[in-house]
Amino acid sequence: MTSPTAYVAVFPESSSPSLTGALLSAGFRPVPVSGVSDAGAKEPEVGWAAVVVEIGRDPDVALAVASKIREELAAAVLIVLDRTLSGDLIDRDGFDDFILTPIDATELRIRLARIGSGLGSVPDADIIRYEDLELNTGTYQATIAGQPKDLTYMEYELLRFLVENPNRVWSREQLLSRVWGYDYFGGSRTVDVHIRRLRAKLGEQRASWITTVRSVGYRFG
Amino acid sequence: MDRQMEYVLSTVKERGIRFIRLWFTDVQGFLKSFAITPAELDIALEEGISFDGSSIDGFSRSYEADMLARPDPSTFQILPWKGGDAGVARMFCDIVTPDGEPFPGDPRYVLRQNVKRAAELGYSFYVAPEVEFFYFEDSSPEPKVLDKGGYFDLTPLDVAQEYRRTTIDALEQLGIPVVFSHHEVSPSQHELDLRHTDAMTMADTIMTTRLTVKEVATEHGIYATFMPKPLESVDGSGMHLHLSLFQGDENAFHDPSGEYELSKVARGFIAGLLTHASELTAVTNQWVNSYKRLVGGFDAPVFETWARNDQSALVRVPATKKGKIDSTRIEYRSPDASCNPYLTLSVILAAGLAGIANNYELPPEMGSDVLAMSPTQRRDAGVRHIPHNLSEAIATMEGSELVREALGDHVFEWFLKNKKREWARYEQHVSRFELEQYLPVL
Repeated sequence: MTSPTAYVAVFPESSSPSLTGALLSAGFRPVPVSGVSDAGAKEPEVGWAAVVVEIGRDPDVALAVASKIREELAAAVLIVLDRTLSGDLIDRDGFDDFILTPIDATELRIRLARIGSGLGSVPDADIIRYEDLELNTGTYQATIAGQPKDLTYMEYELLRFLVENPNRVWSREQLLSRVWGYDYFGGSRTVDVHIRRLRAKLGEQRASWITTVRSVGYRFG
Repeated sequence: MDRQMEYVLSTVKERGIRFIRLWFTDVQGFLKSFAITPAELDIALEEGISFDGSSIDGFSRSYEADMLARPDPSTFQILPWKGGDAGVARMFCDIVTPDGEPFPGDPRYVLRQNVKRAAELGYSFYVAPEVEFFYFEDSSPEPKVLDKGGYFDLTPLDVAQEYRRTTIDALEQLGIPVVFSHHEVSPSQHELDLRHTDAMTMADTIMTTRLTVKEVATEHGIYATFMPKPLESVDGSGMHLHLSLFQGDENAFHDPSGEYELSKVARGFIAGLLTHASELTAVTNQWVNSYKRLVGGFDAPVFETWARNDQSALVRVPATKKGKIDSTRIEYRSPDASCNPYLTLSVILAAGLAGIANNYELPPEMGSDVLAMSPTQRRDAGVRHIPHNLSEAIATMEGSELVREALGDHVFEWFLKNKKREWARYEQHVSRFELEQYLPVL
């Protein structure tokens, strides 16, 4: 996925467990919404990656909600349709794509990726981005503005942990146990050493991504 | 194959690395290196690469020659010199026997054991060195200085600042932060102060720094040396070590209610260093030439004392800046940069821990006033002289259970044997001093 977490609004709130399961295994975070205004209220800062509307016993209500969300929140809408009812929808609009039950997680992921915002192409689960920083978790490469950065393994792992867990303060001990593991006896000042190196390698303009929280620890973002 | 190994393999592929240098250190502190191609990297990481240990000083005897060098993937680093597009990386290696057991003659293993001992007591050991060295025109036995600059001098006397700058750039690219660098007191002498790290990383870092300084000098057609005393009439090159112990996030050397804000741990550590200093000296100052630096009048310690802010003491306690309790530390001033850093940090740590464990009494502070005392007064005050020469240092080390335990039997015995041989060769040498002084008149 392009961002660490892609939120997907799901209507109705009591959607089928198979849909929720498929969304989770496709790497999305489903958020149940009760209607258009609820979808607006719950919208995350990054916006909805997409909205999924399950067409149940009352297709007209569901399709009305779908089309309204699409209009008002400018979000892409995928509808989930019982195979036996698909014929009734030939002339309807108000959605971007549809998928038939039973749901296949891979198909769901591809369809959402095609229509979803910021999902661009097929989701690339290997890339983590922050501004112009890219961490490729498949190849362990870090680039800034497209330029490769020489990071040691621990520098890479520390940066990755911070980028994946932004906007909260981590103590040195927490970072040591989460990133280095328990068997390291270099001590918690090692964290300071690596933060300093990371800042140096990120360069002056980006060094401030990592802030020192006095007598507590560090925060990213 | 763990994630660190995958990281190395993947980076080698993605970055077009063509050679991986495998580094390790012999007992005297010389960096050894051999290169492998990416094709061999899998095997190297999983099993190690075998080599003939009998050809390495202080390693195996010939009948147990086979050794394995096992790269430590956490030390993987692309080397910045040689143009940048050369695609060469390095890893430090641990040396193991064909059975996979750690080899006791491997200095990295020796330090790891000592650091582990400290960790079992709840301490992590941090070190920041001040590395001094000279630039000469070449490595011929008649050193030719590049400048006549002095302490902190800037252009036009300091012609070498360009070399220093290139060196610092290279070190930063290698992840080695330089706090500052400056021209030292002597002509053509320079200093790099490195930011503290844990002891193991620092020993690797010192090895890398020495090589980087020499590589950059070579690129510029000059020669860099860490020889302790290359010029008779000026200060030699030392490697003052700033030391501290931490317990978790807490600086174990700091106690706001202690005298000079020093904790009981710090006082014990200093007392341990002073008690065992003579025993450590053969390791911290391992060459005949090292003792030419440790003489009066050249800013080097001569007596085994401690003091705050006094350049003549063996252990100096720098003033802690207000509110900067993390920087509370002590400075051990006798080592020189031509030591084996793994062994040096091992014996220093062992001596400090012994002082803490056995509640050694810290003697009173004694600064440059010690220089004005007569030998009798010094003896009465319990002030010892640092060993006068390598022979004296070896003899003192030989009787030290502490050093034997810190180094392990293998390194301890090989080191003594090797250094005795060095001293024996020196004893036979007819020096220029003798020829100049005696030949014309006798």
